Amino acid sequence: MSIFIDNKTKVVVQGLTGEQGKFHALRNRDYGTKVVAGTRPGKGGESVEGIPIFNTVEEAVEATGANTAMTFVPPPFAKDAVIEAAYAGCDLIVCITEGIPAKDEAEMYDLLKEKTSSRLLGPNCPGLISPGKSNVGIMPHEITMEGNVGVVSRSGTLTYQAVLELTNLNIGQSTCIGIGGDPVPGTSFIDVLDAFQNDSQTEAIVMIGEIGGSAEEEAAEFIKKNVTKPVVSYIAGLTAPPGKKMGHAGAIVSGNKGTASAKIEALTDAGANVVENPTRIGQAIMDVV
Amino acid sequence: MNLFEYQGKRLYQDFSIPTPKSIFVSSTSEISDNHGLTYPVVVKAQVQVGGRGKAGGIKVAKDFDELTKFSGEILGMDIKGHIVESLLLEEASNILEEYYISFTLDRSAKSYLMMLSAKGGMDIEEVAEKNPDDLIMLHISPSKGLDSETIIKSIEDAKLNESYKSELRDVISNLYKLFVEGDCDLVEVNPLAITDNGVSALDSKVSLDMNAIYRHENFKDFENEIPIPVSEQFAKEKNLNFIKLEGSVGIIGNGAGLVMSTLDVVSEHGGMAANFLDIGGGAKAETVTAALEVLESEDNVKSVLINIFGGITRCDLVANGIVEATKGKELKWPIIVRLDGTNSKEGLSILEQNTNEKITISSSMDEAAKLAVEGAI
Repeated sequence: MSIFIDNKTKVVVQGLTGEQGKFHALRNRDYGTKVVAGTRPGKGGESVEGIPIFNTVEEAVEATGANTAMTFVPPPFAKDAVIEAAYAGCDLIVCITEGIPAKDEAEMYDLLKEKTSSRLLGPNCPGLISPGKSNVGIMPHEITMEGNVGVVSRSGTLTYQAVLELTNLNIGQSTCIGIGGDPVPGTSFIDVLDAFQNDSQTEAIVMIGEIGGSAEEEAAEFIKKNVTKPVVSYIAGLTAPPGKKMGHAGAIVSGNKGTASAKIEALTDAGANVVENPTRIGQAIMDVV
Repeated sequence: MNLFEYQGKRLYQDFSIPTPKSIFVSSTSEISDNHGLTYPVVVKAQVQVGGRGKAGGIKVAKDFDELTKFSGEILGMDIKGHIVESLLLEEASNILEEYYISFTLDRSAKSYLMMLSAKGGMDIEEVAEKNPDDLIMLHISPSKGLDSETIIKSIEDAKLNESYKSELRDVISNLYKLFVEGDCDLVEVNPLAITDNGVSALDSKVSLDMNAIYRHENFKDFENEIPIPVSEQFAKEKNLNFIKLEGSVGIIGNGAGLVMSTLDVVSEHGGMAANFLDIGGGAKAETVTAALEVLESEDNVKSVLINIFGGITRCDLVANGIVEATKGKELKWPIIVRLDGTNSKEGLSILEQNTNEKITISSSMDEAAKLAVEGAI
């Protein structure tokens, strides 16, 4: 097993005709991912390197049985694209697009939760890979190997760093997931931790956070109560300059949360092994599995 | 992007939120006797820092002489490191009651949050801490919005003056409209006052979501009015996320998380970063060239660490950018390059074909950081 994606994952790419969409969709296909369709309004009937293009996700799902959408649509159209994929019945929507207004993110999150059963990953995320099975997104698969460690992170490139540290020590991964660092991520640390805890392939978990927000503190609380598998964690930004606070409202909402030390303390208290440098993640996992 | 008070109030006017009559000036020569304001007039320093009143940045003028005198005194004043470059001259209000209201996004609840209190005008963080019951916190579903009945109930719950109920309802509804339709990260009014002239927003704290700049023409205008540090101007022109720091190791990386983490690792090796510079996702060769140009103008940089982990960013394009920026040049400092991920093989081979004695290729983040710290000594 792995989480969220496996051999049965069939991907429809929204924005397959764009430069980024095409480059990464073909890389995903080369890896073995079943990339079965692309969408682009007005270009239905055409194809990209043998992948059929449809005008709508609904048509693509009907014709190909796609169950997962990967979105490369530019910010002004991303909200509608995600909602379209959800209404078309995709179980998972991986939104790679960076730069979506927060209001659009909040609205689409709310709508998906109220009206559909789709899971949204991202936006502004690198996607996810279950090594040996499927890669949906922009993660460089060369650095991954199949195994038993689940990796979850808010940061894209830092996820790759963590995965490389594991692979260099011959430690494989069950699934590697970047949840994205935007204000309203569709999938949270808690959702992923819960899935890893219930996944038979996953024996240990790497969780990578960064300063700002309170997602890591909430994850720590969840780990304390619900996660029995060993967790290794790293929080980026211990030496970063303190950010600007957003008025008094921001201070009231976040309280003392948000600093690297508050997050490290919460995670340590929850029983996670928090390393101070991402290059130590591999060794720390080695010590627990 | 945080706005000045006068910019926030312009948005208030656009959304029919009442504010005192005012004029905006950036020099005393702009103030003439026929300004059309009724005395007393409040002279307010336009700075993005709290506590300007205590620092002498707000004064009440009773006539034209005082108005020009106080304006002259406040312009150029240094308030906690912020130089006052402009003023808002505003008709003074006779305040009967002061409330607090804000709209923001509550990230953990993934919904909007309205906070409302009858105890405005003072330190609201203290109210939240000591008398949490005096602060109404209402979560609003982003897809359903905020209706009149809910606003009325909040006004009652917060024990605001009921004789102004309908007026307050309209103002709160318009503030919410500004928050959503105006793509604001924050709309905060402290105080929202009951005055002789009815409800009035006496201060404004507005922050804009710059991801939404494509659908708001005025965002660009606001942005142009906000001075940015000279060191960050060039980077901004090039669309780079650059923050100047105190150390000597110049940092270029892709993705905020990786760059922050690079700062951490440099610090662990006994060095200090000279900057934070994120070239973002999907950078092209010219982005990397621009990033190196930015560091060239920074005197404190003694070595440069380029830490790239390709995903959507392609290492071959990054390598092309490095070659473009350094070819045939006598470099001021050593550059340590670490490339991994998408097309890293191609990237490394581009660098190997274009050798420069000041450029060292490193195979790991840890080693690269160590070399960069040594190079800065």
